[in-house]
Amino acid sequence: MSVVFDRPKALSPVSTHYCPGCTHGIIHRLVAEVLDELDLTGRTVGVAPVGCSVMAYNYFECDMTEAAHGRAPAQATGLKRANPDSIVFTYQGDGDLAAIGTAETVHAATRGENITIIFVNNAIYGMTGGQMAPTTLPNQVTQTTPYGRDVKVAGHPVRVCEMLSTLDGVAYAERVSMDTVPHINAAKKAIKKAFQYQVEGKGFTIVEVLSTCPTNWGLSPVKALGWLQENMIPHYPLGVYKDIGAEVQK
Amino acid sequence: MADKVLMKGNEALAEAAMCAGCRHFFGYPITPQTEISAYLSKHMPKVGGTFLQAESEVAAINMVLGAAAAGVRVMTSSSSPGISLKSEGISYIAGCDLPAVIVNVQRGGPGLGGIQPSQADYYQATRGLGHGDFHMIVLAPSTVQEVIDLTFEAFDLADLYRMPVLMLSDGILGQMMEPASFPEGTGRTLPEKDWAVTGTQGKRKKNIVNSLYLQPDELERKVMERYERYDAIKKTEQKCERFMMDDAEYVVVAYGASARVAKNAIVAARAEGMKVGMIRPITLWPFPVDAIREATEQAKAFLTVELSMGQMIDDVRLACECKKPVHLCNRTGGMIVKPQEVLAKLKEISGGAK
Repeated sequence: MSVVFDRPKALSPVSTHYCPGCTHGIIHRLVAEVLDELDLTGRTVGVAPVGCSVMAYNYFECDMTEAAHGRAPAQATGLKRANPDSIVFTYQGDGDLAAIGTAETVHAATRGENITIIFVNNAIYGMTGGQMAPTTLPNQVTQTTPYGRDVKVAGHPVRVCEMLSTLDGVAYAERVSMDTVPHINAAKKAIKKAFQYQVEGKGFTIVEVLSTCPTNWGLSPVKALGWLQENMIPHYPLGVYKDIGAEVQK
Repeated sequence: MADKVLMKGNEALAEAAMCAGCRHFFGYPITPQTEISAYLSKHMPKVGGTFLQAESEVAAINMVLGAAAAGVRVMTSSSSPGISLKSEGISYIAGCDLPAVIVNVQRGGPGLGGIQPSQADYYQATRGLGHGDFHMIVLAPSTVQEVIDLTFEAFDLADLYRMPVLMLSDGILGQMMEPASFPEGTGRTLPEKDWAVTGTQGKRKKNIVNSLYLQPDELERKVMERYERYDAIKKTEQKCERFMMDDAEYVVVAYGASARVAKNAIVAARAEGMKVGMIRPITLWPFPVDAIREATEQAKAFLTVELSMGQMIDDVRLACECKKPVHLCNRTGGMIVKPQEVLAKLKEISGGAK
């Protein structure tokens, strides 16, 4: 009998701690499939963040580190500068990357650090129990915006791909989503391109993945996917925001 | 030993780091460590090394963590307010058991303080620079030659014990010039860095560099293992200079720049017939407890000379178990204590010159 579905080699044979219905597991799998397909696992060092994916170091079969909150791009810079032959990626959530780690993210991007960031945007702080994230939508109810995010008080959400695409050091920035199978397939293509660009030394690459948090959104996994489609995608349009490969082809 | 060269303390430190095999430096501009960064920005590229000016001290120390995790010798330098910003990363470096060298060219504080020399970061340096149970080895040079020698030592100790090492300098040592020479190396045998995250290359199990232990019994065990290492360091790495101690009844304790001032005062006191000597700590952590303890019997009193409101004085009191009085002669805020002030204090505590 032929095997039609198996665990990618780059994914560790362990159970994850993620909540039922959370899409971190799918995103982990996509990264692992890409590492397998590009045969990069032996050269790769991954950086886990602080947040729900803090224990990602247990889930990938490559060398891993765990960073302080928001500092993954700085740590990745040190890893890459010390060992330029390695493939370095960070896996970060919205609070980690777009609040406490904004400076590290923006400056790694503008330096054109040859690293790849997998940025999981689920519009909420999951690990700490559902507080407002920098990407929480206007009027979205969270633990710390119980009356809905009032932009006059709490400010506006950050659009990361749009912001980073203005920087010269960025080689590739694309926003993808976990809500449908076609979108998940597109996400894998984007992640693969990002790693491929790093192999080619093109510079800073980021894939923003719109993701769900059924637990803290207070929705069933299926309803959460619907909420993502109806609310997040209109605010965070999917697509390629920067691709220096495509620009060259024009 | 090579020929002597005339160099500023900060530049000597930078050159010594490169001689010791450091090829990676991450920093952020601040006075008075300036010459370290300037020197390395000029010379690192010539040897294929990395000089990177980070967006902040916070980013710089986390870059240090990343490079250390990849197994290379790495350094950052800053001055007092910048070191406070680095404390987060230093705690993580300690928690990840990574070797790294951090330089603090101290200036006056608290807050933005001033830019003149100070020793007011002693508590910060020796009491655990960051959250959690940990120590770092703290080295305190007093001459430009010692800046060089201890920089070599700092990298070796970091690698040997897998922990951060702090070079505690100050604005005086950083800015002054003295003739000094560069040694070939320390000749220590150092362990392989088989824990480094350089990619498995498909040949070994994956390495994880991490400070997170959610199970309290596991975290306690990790911390206790680290403290066993600290105990071994306390036994073997205490270092100090004994100056005119043979018959000393009054024992000055001073480190770094203030020890230079104290030496002048001691020579003057001896000329007046006073039996004065000095213990000059070279390692501030581990503090040279044994030397202080040894001197406690013969001493009538101790006198610490510090460019702070008196911080090391606590360690002297602890080391002599308060068996003898411990006095303080100090200036702070960037003001430098004068030899005459130290001499006057010695006369005061000894009840006048003999």
